[in-house]
Amino acid sequence: MQDVGLLDDIPVAGARTVKAGAFDIAVFRTTGGKVFALVDRCPHRAGPLSQGIVHGEQVTCPLHNWVIDLASGEVVGPDAGCSQTIPVRVEDGRVHLDLTVLIDEAA
Amino acid sequence: MTEKLVVIGNGMAPGRVLDRLFEAMPGAYDVTIFNAEPRTNYDRILLSPVLSGEKSYEEIVIHGDGWYERHGVRLLKGNRVVALDRQAKSVKGEDGTVEPYDKLIIATGSQPIIIPVPGHNLPGVLTYRDMDDVEAMLLAAQSGGLAVVIGGGLLGLEAAAGLKERGMDVTVLHLMPTLMERQLDPAAGHLLKRELESRGIRVITGANTEAILGDGYVSGVRLDDGTEIPAKLVVMAVGIRPNASLAKSAGLDVGRGILVDKHMRTSDPDIYAVGECVEFAGNVYGLVAPLYEMANVLADDLAGTPNGGFADQALATKLKVTGIDLFSAGDFADADDRDEIVLRDARTGLYKRLVIEENRVVGAVLYGDTADGAWFFQLIRDRADISEMRDTLIFGPAYADGAALDPMAAVAALPDSAEICGCNGVCKGEIGTAIDEQGLSSLGDVRAHTKASASCGSCTGLVEQLLSLTLGDDYNPAAVQPMCGCTDLGHADVRRLIVAKGLKSIPELMQALEWKSSEGCAKCRPALNYYLLSTWPGEYVDDNQSRFINERVHANIQKDGTYSVVPRMWGGLTNSRELRAIADVVDKFDIPTVKCTGGQRIDMLGVKKEDLPSVWADLNAAGLVSGHAYGKALRTVKTCVGTDWCRFGTQDSTGLGVRIEKFMWGSWTPAKVKMAVSGCPRNCAEATCKDVGVICVDSGFEIHFAGAAGLDIKGTEVLCHVDTEDEALEVIAALVQLYREQGHYLERIYKWHARVGIDSIRAAVVDDIATREALFQRFVYAQQFSQTDPWAERVGGRDAHEFQAMKDLSFPQAAE
Ligand SMILES: Cc1cc2nc3c(=O)[nH]c(=O)nc-3n(C[C@H](O)[C@H](O)[C@H](O)COP(=O)(O)OP(=O)(O)OC[C@H]3O[C@@H](n4cnc5c(N)ncnc54)[C@H](O)[C@@H]3O)c2cc1C
Ligand code: SF4
Ligand code: FES
Repeated sequence: MQDVGLLDDIPVAGARTVKAGAFDIAVFRTTGGKVFALVDRCPHRAGPLSQGIVHGEQVTCPLHNWVIDLASGEVVGPDAGCSQTIPVRVEDGRVHLDLTVLIDEAA
Repeated sequence: MTEKLVVIGNGMAPGRVLDRLFEAMPGAYDVTIFNAEPRTNYDRILLSPVLSGEKSYEEIVIHGDGWYERHGVRLLKGNRVVALDRQAKSVKGEDGTVEPYDKLIIATGSQPIIIPVPGHNLPGVLTYRDMDDVEAMLLAAQSGGLAVVIGGGLLGLEAAAGLKERGMDVTVLHLMPTLMERQLDPAAGHLLKRELESRGIRVITGANTEAILGDGYVSGVRLDDGTEIPAKLVVMAVGIRPNASLAKSAGLDVGRGILVDKHMRTSDPDIYAVGECVEFAGNVYGLVAPLYEMANVLADDLAGTPNGGFADQALATKLKVTGIDLFSAGDFADADDRDEIVLRDARTGLYKRLVIEENRVVGAVLYGDTADGAWFFQLIRDRADISEMRDTLIFGPAYADGAALDPMAAVAALPDSAEICGCNGVCKGEIGTAIDEQGLSSLGDVRAHTKASASCGSCTGLVEQLLSLTLGDDYNPAAVQPMCGCTDLGHADVRRLIVAKGLKSIPELMQALEWKSSEGCAKCRPALNYYLLSTWPGEYVDDNQSRFINERVHANIQKDGTYSVVPRMWGGLTNSRELRAIADVVDKFDIPTVKCTGGQRIDMLGVKKEDLPSVWADLNAAGLVSGHAYGKALRTVKTCVGTDWCRFGTQDSTGLGVRIEKFMWGSWTPAKVKMAVSGCPRNCAEATCKDVGVICVDSGFEIHFAGAAGLDIKGTEVLCHVDTEDEALEVIAALVQLYREQGHYLERIYKWHARVGIDSIRAAVVDDIATREALFQRFVYAQQFSQTDPWAERVGGRDAHEFQAMKDLSFPQAAE
């Protein structure tokens, strides 16, 4: 697990990005206090999900308004597709990501 | 020669007369109306929804200014007739205007009764009759406090519920032992009292007002038992009396009201009377249904095609307080030869009572569930024999037919002759035919074509059921398009309720308006943020997380996730210093594309997000600020060179454009706003397809608006002509402010204009100087909170997290 910073660095009902080589990771923080991470690419046309509006445990992509479920990375509603999820752990107010899933994919 | 028709009073009754007359014989009369009230014809019945905040005044206007113009009617607003000279056949207005007539209609309505107790004329004591009264109540309610309503009838209770809804502490004083005793029996009156009390309205029955207290201004009410109730506002709603004094002093026959025959003719053959001011066969009237009947009779007489004449009929009433279902019709006094059928359900607060005389229903009181009201009312009017179905009668038509119990069954069971809309006397058959033959598909269509449900609105449910019976699955009851899946409310409802309920944050709003999702969605959140921001300037704190990315980072996201940057060029003007700064920035940050926009400025495309603050810092240093090219806000004011350079120029179009842009930049609007100023009608700035455009002419400035040149193409409408730049600026700011207050989120000005109509916009922004001035002031007030350059703020460190990655792990490491 990789320490990427303080929980409080992420705005509530918002997101920050983490650069990980070829990938950008979007780290979301919900009003309910949960943290999720997804590869920052919309399954539609690669829009940056980190820039979308976060509502409940979903984010709406800023480019064409697809709605993505933060926990599963799946597109909600009539469209289909999925963004890769990244395991997250929050400990002592710090956010940790498990980036091995990316390496597996890259390999 | 066309005959001259003069009308005294501009209420609902004469409004209907003219509607019908113009339909039958357009242009037959040259019409002049005197109206003591300073406004056009509006739906008086719906004053209570305006008071409570469920409707706006604009929504209850029946005839806007345009209607009078279209029909060539001269309306003298705020001009009370003070004398009627039957010899000379003329009337005189209070401003001295003398107007001759060939035919005269007196429609002076009625006057609220004022109990002449000591203190009745103190300031702060109001009646409840017209829009002035509502405005005065709203003003008093702004600061909250204690209100007393004297009178527990229909009007008094609607006033009380409205004031309560507006945040006042309300006590109702009622002389009789139970509320609304003229429409309700004691049992229903009691249920009503309990319901009002549970809403926090205090009700004192058997309360006899002895005096209104106060020294210079009302401070309370004293009852004859000595009780004193403090109040800063007292509303007297104890009854009305026909307003017949003018007719009386002119020597017409007058009893309680102006006496008329069944064709509404008074004792003078050239004078008619109609509405609440008349007395017919010993009766006077206080509900609109019989008045509309009278209006039809009178219009037909004027058109030279008299019909059978007016006849007295049973009446039905509904209380228009949201959440209270109450219906009464006919006569329900106890008598020896009368029986009753009663159904009660204490748990649900249901109460139904039918009064039967010789196997016919003569009266009905329904409380808690009024769905069968129309059916019972029909039985009363038809004097139908009910002996066959007496056992199940009280359960309504569904049981009477032995059919399944289905909400639609009640409507399906009604005969075609059954009256659906009491106010306008429209029956089921008429509505069905109109739906079929004219292809109507919405409530709005039915209202427009048949007038059903267009007055008090209490038959709306029935009309909707009829639509769905007639059209089956083709009927989509969501006549109001909900904002999004999170609510059933439309944009207009939400805007109104924000003001009415004083909602000041998104969570508070979602709670109060029962949002169906916990945090809204990407559709409603930006809309709500805008509504709150524009409604409570300086008070509401902008919620960044509810804004689209473009407005959150003050640049436009592009398809590859980079951004574009467009600095403001006031009126399209620039200079070498600015151009040099732009060139330097492009080089320094390796910006791939530079392009001129359609709004006369320069767009730098392909800027990386993390570079934005540094790009802005360099642009700021040369005096360039954000152009808001990314916002639902004022975009550009495009100009031509006007008198500065052009040989055709009539005014300084560039200067005016710069002035408008400097005055209005930064203001958030429902959707983007693009403007232009052209120096002459050759229109090189293309002002006639903009949201707001100005065409300069020798004599001043023509203000245009509601153009479009995007998804839709549409030329502008001319709003008005003004003489000076100052006036042009004031009109434009007032127009934009009205749009800021009324527009639905993402609705461009041309769509807003199509929805509300040019008449209402012109009335507020051009005709009524006081309204324009107030709009202008509200715009100016809001601007003080919006004219800070957002780029400079971010260069200064604000929202830094938006522009930097949380962490850069350029070489992802294997997990430990
Ligand atoms: C708050 C409220 C709620 C109501 N609710 C209902 C309801 O739910 N159902 C229902 O059926 N009815 C209801 N009514 C009653 C209904 O509104 C009236 O019956 C109807 O409006 C009367 O119409 P009218 O044209 O006779 O008179 P009005 O609408 O009263 O119009 C008379 C007009 O004439 C003007 N005028 C008077 N004297 C002069 C003069 N000398 N010169 C020039 N102008 C003059 C007055 O200023 C007024 O504008 C309600 C009324 C009120 C006030
Ligand atoms: S609009 Fe008229 S004043 Fe302006 S540049 Fe064109 S011709 Fe000249
Ligand atoms: S790229 Fe996300 S919706 Fe199109």
